[in-house]
Amino acid sequence: MSWNANDFYIILVGGLCAMACALPGIFLLLRRMSMMGDAISHAVLPGLAIAFLISESRANIWMFLGAAIAGILTALFTQWIIRFGKVERGAAMGIVFTTLFAIGLVLIRKAADHVDLDAGCVLYGALEYTPLNMVTLFENERSFLAVPRAALIIGATLIFNALIIVLFYKEFKLAAFDPGLAEAQGFRPQLMHYLLMTMVAVTTVAAFEAVGSIIVIAMLIVPPATAFLLTRNLPSLIIVSLILAVLSAVLGQIASHLPPLLGFPDTTSSGMMATTAGFLFLLAWLFGPEGLIKKQSKQLEAPNFDCAD
Amino acid sequence: MTWELLRETLLLEQHNTRLPVLGVAFLGATAGLVGSFLLLRKQSLLGDALSHATLPGIGIAFAVMSIMGFSGKNLPGLLVGATITGLLGVLLVLAIRKTTRLKDDAAMGIVLSVFFGLGVAILKMVERIPGQSAAGLDGFIYGKTASMVWSDFILITVILVVTTAVTIAILKELTLLCFDASFASVQGWPTLWLDIILMALVTSVTVVGLQAVGLILIIAFLITPPTAARFWTNRLGWMLLLSATIGAISGWLGVSISALYSNLPAGAIIVISAAIIFLFSMIFGTARGVLPRYLRHLQLKRKVGRQHLLRSTYEILENSQKNKPLKNLPISMELLRKHRFWSKGELLTLIRQARSEDHIERQPSGELRLSESGFGEASRITRNHRLWELYLIKYADIAPSHVDRDADMVEHLLGAEIVHQLEAELDLSKPTIDSPHTIEPTELGLQSEPTT
Repeated sequence: MSWNANDFYIILVGGLCAMACALPGIFLLLRRMSMMGDAISHAVLPGLAIAFLISESRANIWMFLGAAIAGILTALFTQWIIRFGKVERGAAMGIVFTTLFAIGLVLIRKAADHVDLDAGCVLYGALEYTPLNMVTLFENERSFLAVPRAALIIGATLIFNALIIVLFYKEFKLAAFDPGLAEAQGFRPQLMHYLLMTMVAVTTVAAFEAVGSIIVIAMLIVPPATAFLLTRNLPSLIIVSLILAVLSAVLGQIASHLPPLLGFPDTTSSGMMATTAGFLFLLAWLFGPEGLIKKQSKQLEAPNFDCAD
Repeated sequence: MTWELLRETLLLEQHNTRLPVLGVAFLGATAGLVGSFLLLRKQSLLGDALSHATLPGIGIAFAVMSIMGFSGKNLPGLLVGATITGLLGVLLVLAIRKTTRLKDDAAMGIVLSVFFGLGVAILKMVERIPGQSAAGLDGFIYGKTASMVWSDFILITVILVVTTAVTIAILKELTLLCFDASFASVQGWPTLWLDIILMALVTSVTVVGLQAVGLILIIAFLITPPTAARFWTNRLGWMLLLSATIGAISGWLGVSISALYSNLPAGAIIVISAAIIFLFSMIFGTARGVLPRYLRHLQLKRKVGRQHLLRSTYEILENSQKNKPLKNLPISMELLRKHRFWSKGELLTLIRQARSEDHIERQPSGELRLSESGFGEASRITRNHRLWELYLIKYADIAPSHVDRDADMVEHLLGAEIVHQLEAELDLSKPTIDSPHTIEPTELGLQSEPTT
């Protein structure tokens, strides 16, 4: 097994990214809109392409803005189709994101004639290459500290997400569990909805450049869903989700080194991190406090009518 | 020149585009058909989870075939692999939903993202298997319509014909499943198996579509045509037919247009064509479109307003004269306005509409008078209102003092048939009926009936 400093950086970027995604993911899960993450992460493509065509360069504030706008538009269009067309949410979402994605593909194909940008690199990113692009934070004669540029971007996103959730914790909580009450109390759940969508869009974009969309979609959904099976209150849901997110990144990177040991070719870190997150979900599903095994053994036990505690 | 080429492509006169155009149009029709049931079952995004779940299957099939010494890119082999993991993914969604507290969206999201991640990881691995070139496997993500050859076409056609045949054979069962699953299961239908069969049908369409339009855009083929068709009709048969047609048209247009330009991806153009049809349907669709619905709403509003105006006029006439038969006298606008608490603008609009229908005439003095036809209409409407009030008092135990408000909302929907039924039920056939609740005439001669 070849384990070196690069693995550390990959874990750093992957872990930060997983945590940054898990935060908004928890509230998506609670609002039963987990698929919105998938939808937005596809639908930002035209935003990226247009920003790119205008500014003629990658990785800048325009790309960020374009994608964030596209993400919010996805939420907006979906809402309109539901409201005016009386279409079911899933179908509305499906129509909006496939259409935007298709428009993005056409734009990128057009742009690809004169610049280096293809849908594959936008969607899949390359976590493996993040250590190649380092930023020196601190330097003197004896030592220096350098981190991957992606770690800075994604770290900033994580802080942004954490800040918003801390600031609007009460509002998010209420909007997630009882939008009707939130509305009645004057908290404007619609506003929280769009704030959440903005968080998802911003996170998606920040992660795209560095690690690709696979990690984003997986980490938005899987760690919160796993935590949901393990705990029943919001603060511990958040903490467990974050722990699971980091665990997925660490174990995923280790797992990406396993195939060569078995004689198979090497594989991608991001794919394996998503797979590991899924594996952790499987464990929680089978062995968790409400897991299948527990249910089975409960059924085998003699019926117990003692309801105390 | 391009127009000539477009015409030839559309009419299948171009040899090298004929197969893709036909194949994708057929795919669109089948996807529209199967997708309709997915939409009615409120499971549209399951197609999304499913299509992503096919990716590991493609990678594994490639690896297995390579190791066994065949060509890794044998299409039927890849499709078998895709089908297996696709179905596995859908079964996992059903299982997660059934055994945990997680909802649909989370179950689909988990399967989608984990299978897709696994798929990408496996594709990356098989890319590096020595001696085999896996280049082009990622074509399944975006599709590669133009590369369709005769053997692919035959394979696709056979799968699609079988899928369509099965769908039509179990049309009745699927309809029952979509409209009332719990009734179906009470009646003894194996709803779980029906669901699984539906998923298998969706899987076969998806798997075939991977090759043609790619795994992300095949979702649009499953969702957009049925949703568009739903705006035009409330009948399942028509919806299925229309959805299949819209799917076929988007496929046919998309491939034809993309064939003209070297770097337009066919899958994307298909999706955009379907989206344009969807947008048009959403606005103009006769059954549920936004515009027709708005017009119907407007029409109903006018009808309600007109009936309220005529009834109010009639009630004022009744209150102001004691002796029957009622004489059609002119009344002032002020009186009318106070009767129902209309604002000046509202009342003027209503009067304008009533005048255009020749129900009300304006006297030179500025007062209003019912026309011949308006008077008949007004007495009919008032009679219907009271019939309904009497019915509510007698059969629904509503207090006479409250009945006016309830009747106020329903009276506009009373058709001739219901009026006859009411008459028979209440044993009333007099041409005029007195109001069943007390009317207190004030010194002005207007009634203080509680109205909306």
